[in-house]
This record gives sequence, C-alpha cells and structure tokens, in this order.
Amino acid sequence: MNDGTEFILLLNGVFLILVIAWAAATLLRARLSPDGSNPMVENLAARIGAWWAIAAMLALAMLAGRGGVVVLFAIISFAALREFLTLTAKSYADHWALMAAFFLILPLQYFLVYMDWYRIYSVFIPVYAFLYLPVLSVLRGGPDNFLKRVSESQWALMICVYAASHVPALLSLDLAGFEGKAILLIAFLVIIVQITDVLQYVWSQLWGRHPVAPSLSASKTWEGFAGAVASGGLLGAGMWWMTPFSPLATMVLGFVITATGLFGALVMSAIKRDKGVRDWGQLVAGQGGFIDRLDGVVFAAPVFFHLVRYFWATI
Amino acid sequence: MKLAVLVRFAGRKVRTFVANITGNAIALFTRFLTAARVNWVGIEPIQRQRVYFANHTSNADFVLVWTVLPAAIRARTRPVAASDYWLKSKLRAFAGRDVFRAVLIDRNPDTRPADPVELMARALDQGSSLILFPEGKRNMGPGKLLPFKTGLYHLARARPEVDLVPVWIENLNYVMPKGEIVPLPLICSVSFGSPMHRAKGEGKKAFLARAEAALLAMSQGEGADT
Repeated sequence: MNDGTEFILLLNGVFLILVIAWAAATLLRARLSPDGSNPMVENLAARIGAWWAIAAMLALAMLAGRGGVVVLFAIISFAALREFLTLTAKSYADHWALMAAFFLILPLQYFLVYMDWYRIYSVFIPVYAFLYLPVLSVLRGGPDNFLKRVSESQWALMICVYAASHVPALLSLDLAGFEGKAILLIAFLVIIVQITDVLQYVWSQLWGRHPVAPSLSASKTWEGFAGAVASGGLLGAGMWWMTPFSPLATMVLGFVITATGLFGALVMSAIKRDKGVRDWGQLVAGQGGFIDRLDGVVFAAPVFFHLVRYFWATI
Repeated sequence: MKLAVLVRFAGRKVRTFVANITGNAIALFTRFLTAARVNWVGIEPIQRQRVYFANHTSNADFVLVWTVLPAAIRARTRPVAASDYWLKSKLRAFAGRDVFRAVLIDRNPDTRPADPVELMARALDQGSSLILFPEGKRNMGPGKLLPFKTGLYHLARARPEVDLVPVWIENLNYVMPKGEIVPLPLICSVSFGSPMHRAKGEGKKAFLARAEAALLAMSQGEGADT
C-alpha cells in the first residue's frame, strides 16, 4: 500500500492526541479517582486504552496492506459475532446454522470483500444467508421460538459481519486522485465516531436536559446529540485534507457519520438491556467487549460506504 | 538390556512431552472458542488441594474448568471421568490418561475392580486436586441440575479436610451439545464458589442438598449474566 505523507501525518497526529488524552486521563485519575471509584474517570481511561489498541491494530494492519485490514476486521467480526450470538435465543437445533454463520458465511463475506466483488458481497448475507440459514435450522429441529431464533441470528450476522465488513470495503472504492490512500477513509470514519461519542457525553453533562430515550439511558440527551453532531461536522470539515472531498462535503459526511453512530449505539444499548446485560463482553474485566467499543463504527460504516460510492466513486 | 530400559525411559519422556504440548494446545483452543471468563467468587486461584464439583452439560465441561485454572494448579488437578468413554479408542486413552491424567471410573458397579470413592481418595492422597461432576451424567433437560449421586458425599466423608468447591459452568451446553462434533464459538463463564465441608454427623441427604444449593447459588452469581 502506498502510504503517502498524509498517512504519516495522520499517524503522528493520532499518536500525539493519544498521548495528550492519556496524560489528561492519568491526571484526572490522580485527582478525582485515585482508588478507581469514579465511574466517569474510569470509563474515560478504559476508552483511551481501547483507542490505543484500535490505533495500534489499525496501523499494523495498514502496514500489511489491504489484506491485513481485511483479516483484522474478519477477526473483529468473529469476536463480535461470538459476543452477539452468546446472548441470542437459540436451541440445539441451530447448531449447524450457527456453525455455518461462523465458519462459512463470515470468512466468505470477507473473502468477497477482499476480492472486491461488490455485487456479491453486498447481497450475500441479506439474501443468501437470510434465506438459507433458517432452512438449516428447520431441518434439524422443532418450531419452538423459531422466528425469534432465526431473526436474532440474522441480526447478529447483519451487524457483526455484514455491516462491519463495510469498513475494509472502503479500501476498494475507486476514487479519482486518491489511489492507494483509501486507508485514510477508515481513519476518517473511526476517528469521527470515537471522538463524537465522547463529545456527546461531554455535551450532555454540560447542557443536557431532555433524554433521547428516557427508559434506556438518562445520560444521553437531545442536547448532547445535537452538540455531538455539530462537533462531528466541524471535525469532518477539519479533516478534509485526508479525503478526496471538499471541506463542505466532509462536513456533511461528519454530520451523517456522527448521527448514525450515536443512534446505532443507542440501538445496541436497547438490545443489551433487552438481554439483561451491561456489556457485550469482557475484553478486559468490567470494560466491555468488542461490540461495546465499535457499535457506532459498525452502524456508520455501510452508510458512509454507500454515500462515498454513490457520489464520488468510479464504478 | 540397558538399551531397552533407556528406550523405554526416552519413550516415556517423549509421551509426557507430547501430552504437555497437547494439553497446552487444547487449553489455548478452548480459550479461543469460549473466551472463557472466570469469576473467583469464593476462592482465590492459589495452590491448595480442592475438589471442584461442577454442573455437567457437555463433554467439554472438565476441559473448560481445567483450562481456566492457572497452569501450575492445572498441573496438579485431575478430572474424574468415565472409563467406558475414555478408554474407547487409543486417541481418547492418550487424552484421558496422558493429557488430562484423568481418574478413570468404571460406571458399572458389577464389573468394576475398584470402588470409585477409593480411587478418588487415593488421588487426593497423592496430592492432586480433582474435578468432579456429581450429577453423574450430562444434564440434557430444562432443569439446572440433576439430583446428585452419592459419590461426593462419600468422598467428603472419606477425606473431610479437603475443600469442596462448587463450580458453575455457564453456556458450554450450546458450544458443544450432545452428539455434535464441531464446537461453536460462544462466550462461557466459570464461577468458583466458597469451599464447603461435610459437617460433623451430617447425613447423606442433608449434605447433598446443601452441595446442590451451593452450586445452584453460583448459577445466579456474577457469572450468570450471559
């Protein structure tokens, strides 16, 4: 992969921001939460730890080229699917269907993304997995909870595999004058979602009055969402230099990515609440799993992908 | 003559070596599949002789408990398993005898040469900890536990000083249901409860009821959220 000056610049920038964030969190912790008792500070520290991991993994994968990024996201999808299907309704009769989800559909989807066969990977899970997986389940067992079982499995695949695979799919978009730099689009997406997620929290703390979903979360407010979407737009405009688009276009993309990411995270919270858990997994004890850290990115990825593809890409 | 002894010695070393590597590979694979999370609720993971008694829903149950124990403790912990299953083929026998160093029990009281409790007590006397499934067979029903067999009680009476630790295994039944060969990657949890002992003069029924209750209590603990 041709990692141009923008990539180096970005890497340095991210490193600098992470160091500052880490220093700030360490300071805050010493002041407010020396015994690890302040949940806000602990959450921030956990988040920054996850950012280091995401940045390091992405940087390594990017060095390995497009194949590296595809493999990285295939692994993330695997971990996410494992978290999701742990919580869904299932019966012993679904064993083959779930086996197919993990060992056939997931690798095949990422293979298709790697091969850049858009016309197959864009319909593979929504059409073929959707129609054939329930067949496997019906061949093996009874109708108890059938609709619940098959629809929850399909949801797991759509979120954890289909939507997530649109992140590496960004690398195969043909953008005039942007050859070999598509990796920056992934950075653009991930940075905006991660930062606005925190900004939403900050805005809500400062000005929040009206909860978006009172029965789900008191800390997410319309004021916070509005502030975050506005900040996301500004952030997008500020990062126009790492995309082939105009500042105005990246601002609009920033709005859309932020809004989709925030509402996506809210949807995922509703599922967690429905299943009676606080976190999807325990990557590190008490600090959530893969889905907890990437829910917004996963929701925003297909939308971002299609907007770019529709308006800018050479098809 | 000397050469034969040497060859046999080398053969044993190689066997142990292969068994160790196989054991580590199995533990790694189990971690990869189940992303096992461990809740040390009632005990700490320290080197101390214990009888871990767990719920039984899958053939892989003891592998999971064995996997989540720290390597040093694992090396001194032996599962109690059915000999009719584990001696069926050469491969299984290698896994059962060399890798897991299982205490093999004949489930048929008419044919068995040794009393199972006797075998377990002997393993304890050699310094090993044990993993044991007091339900006696896999629970395929909707209930959380089958009634306990009496082995645990007799063992508690034979070796009253040993800690009996209830261990609740969550979700493994979906990873590998009965009759399936390929395991599913799903997150499992293992919760270790507080050690218990048979009280002086405690009867069989009362003791087993208490043990069942202690195990069930772990199923509603921290580990039960998945």
